Amino acid sequence: MPKHDTPLLDELEKGPWPSFVTDIKRQAATKPECWDILGQVELSYKDRITHWKHGGIVGVFGYGGGIVGRYSDVPKQFPGVAHFHTVRIAQPSGMYYSAAKLRAICDLWQKYGSGMTNMHGSTGDMVLLGTTTPNLEPLFYELTHDLNQDLGGSGSNLRTPACCLGKSRCEWACYDSQALCHFLTNHYQDEIHRPAFPYKFKFKFSACPNDCVAAIARSDFAVIGTWRDDIRINQAEVKAYIDGKTPSNGGAHSGRDWGKFDIKKEVIDLCPTGCMWMEGDTLKIDNKECTRCMHCINVMPRALRPGAEQGATICVGAKAPILDGAQFATMTFPFVKIDAETEFEEVVEKIEKIWDWWMEVGKNRERVGETIQRVGLPTFLKVMEVEPIPQHVREPRSNPYVFWSDEEVEGGFERDIREFRKRHAQ
Amino acid sequence: MGYDPANPMQDRITDIGPPHYEQFFPAVIKKNFGKWLYHEITQPGVLMHKAESGDECWTVRVGAARLISIDHIREICDIADAHCDGFVRWTTRNNVEFMVDSKAKVQPLLDDLASRGNKFPVGATGASVSNIVHTQGWVHCHTPATDASGVVKAVMDELFDYFTSMTLPAQVRVALACCLNMCGAVHASDIAILGVHRKPPMIDHDAISGLCELPLAISACPLGAVKPIKATNSAGQEVKSVKVNADRCMFCGNCYTMCPAMPLADPEGDGIAILVGGKVSNSRSMPKFSKLVIPFLPNNTPRWPETVAAVKNILEVYAKDARKYERIGEWAERIGWEKFFEKTGIPFTIKSIDDYRLAYDTWRTSTQFKFTSHIK
Repeated sequence: MPKHDTPLLDELEKGPWPSFVTDIKRQAATKPECWDILGQVELSYKDRITHWKHGGIVGVFGYGGGIVGRYSDVPKQFPGVAHFHTVRIAQPSGMYYSAAKLRAICDLWQKYGSGMTNMHGSTGDMVLLGTTTPNLEPLFYELTHDLNQDLGGSGSNLRTPACCLGKSRCEWACYDSQALCHFLTNHYQDEIHRPAFPYKFKFKFSACPNDCVAAIARSDFAVIGTWRDDIRINQAEVKAYIDGKTPSNGGAHSGRDWGKFDIKKEVIDLCPTGCMWMEGDTLKIDNKECTRCMHCINVMPRALRPGAEQGATICVGAKAPILDGAQFATMTFPFVKIDAETEFEEVVEKIEKIWDWWMEVGKNRERVGETIQRVGLPTFLKVMEVEPIPQHVREPRSNPYVFWSDEEVEGGFERDIREFRKRHAQ
Repeated sequence: MGYDPANPMQDRITDIGPPHYEQFFPAVIKKNFGKWLYHEITQPGVLMHKAESGDECWTVRVGAARLISIDHIREICDIADAHCDGFVRWTTRNNVEFMVDSKAKVQPLLDDLASRGNKFPVGATGASVSNIVHTQGWVHCHTPATDASGVVKAVMDELFDYFTSMTLPAQVRVALACCLNMCGAVHASDIAILGVHRKPPMIDHDAISGLCELPLAISACPLGAVKPIKATNSAGQEVKSVKVNADRCMFCGNCYTMCPAMPLADPEGDGIAILVGGKVSNSRSMPKFSKLVIPFLPNNTPRWPETVAAVKNILEVYAKDARKYERIGEWAERIGWEKFFEKTGIPFTIKSIDDYRLAYDTWRTSTQFKFTSHIK
């Protein structure tokens, strides 16, 4: 495949940030189809429009997800990318790899693909970018037989679950997000690979309310670590912050002179519930008033730690704007024990209750958050058999349009208008 | 015995899921799992995690394009082999993390990374601009309104010094999605760069009956702008097709997703909108959506100078004006959005006033406001 002139893309080789153009050119030495990637993208830069066709259903036998079909709309000019399908490979929880594993994946992609990847796709998969239909089955065979890896999800199914790095390297992890993510990914392989849902469904697992995988913004089922007892305080370390011996916020602000650390201004006054104060050199927290926002812990990681009675809050129904507008996930289960001993029974039971209902009432291409909007949160809570609590809302409703039911009202809805008229003339 | 095309189902292995993560842990991670005490960022891009055992895990975080070659991954593997016992991880923001078990091993690692040109910028910690999460754009997507990798490269070149330092009031999360589908979920980012269309779809009457299920194309429109009609194709035959009421179209592209015969991308129509002030973490304030402050900037290839300038302006006005710990959205809410527009010099237009569903929630129903230059 010949090299194409790419004067526009060449401009993106300048500057300090790593250049994908330079990288693709480097890969073209052993994967000449990369010249056609550059050629087609250059044409898009010239025309200011995409040159990929819409759709194309491809896959491997027995799976309905994991491969995304893609075809060039200028295949004669760029035959190297005439077919350019994506292969999604489920990532290990927390995105840790060995060099040996990565090299094996690179070798597989050297053999069967374009040599270009996304590390990682937005949902979390390793994304191998650009292969042909005849290569799919041999690639899948070697992927499963030789690499012990599997495809991720695509289409109206459970998308590849993703998690933060959790307890592996974070002192704030309130549950083992990697263990839960790995368990559920394996438990629901059928739901990942064979679309049976009204639309996509995403799990994301963040082990604390800092929510590093953006679970509350982009997952249908967001499991976010929390605690329900008292923030653990090391008063000597509090003093070390006050005395300026330890940098605030783990050194996150060390690039600018913000002045001497001021615990009142930087911690106590920024607490959203005002539940902290100093008594002499001692930091006091009224833990009953704490909403576990993490700010004080973030600012003084050596002095404060999440409480020891840990679990997760589960929020349901986040999505990006298409169609009814963006939604954050709604707090549904305030505190759930995340217990590997019982194979995460409490979590599994909640997931399946949501699915059973959503698969019944969800419309085509309706995310569960939109279904909940359509039927209302009260209906969803009833379906989930969750006792309504003030924590489910920011504030009570301001309109009086309550859907009372027949059995809730004394005497029921059935009345006799003739009896009524005997007492009330028309 | 490899794959046999004559017997594709023979010895088939399916549904094995990803390999267990623990086998990819560096020794110091495996030993101290769940027993970390605290962390500290000792310099931009370098984190030290202290365990109860007294062990330390030193992490060097480097930026990467999300679109990377296998040769680049192999180079990452070489670095992992040379310094990290052959282990490495990625973050959710496309950064690569190299971990070592002592401080003494950090500088040789940093030196090695620096010797490799600009491929491995160290940074993305603390009060910095971390890597941009983004989508595919013109490299792979069929519905984009802009490119992704090129815009990101141009923006990160300009914000590079904020990636490698920690001088901002708080972390700033920048994200790009190349159309309203938002595969990158940019709706809760400090600064969101969003590809938008501005022309209604064209209808390909020659192809529509072969490609689309008309009821699905019609019901795909959230505003009921797609209606069934009888049209005439190029061969002069009457075919069942649709029309789009352009007055009602909000250019979401959902009809094109459902029906390939309704393309809406266009060199002049497409471009970028800028949204700001979103956040995901619960720290201090609850999670917030990003708000639209610039409705349109052109797709000026190859380096999107208008978009780059807009992002840099917002970032630098914020950096100068916000208080320590304040995210962009928290700053804008404290000073008031009218002040945000005044201080950034971004013209406020009617396009920032919501007229979609739930719009009323964003209208001001109070006499509390500031007299900015907007009030003549």
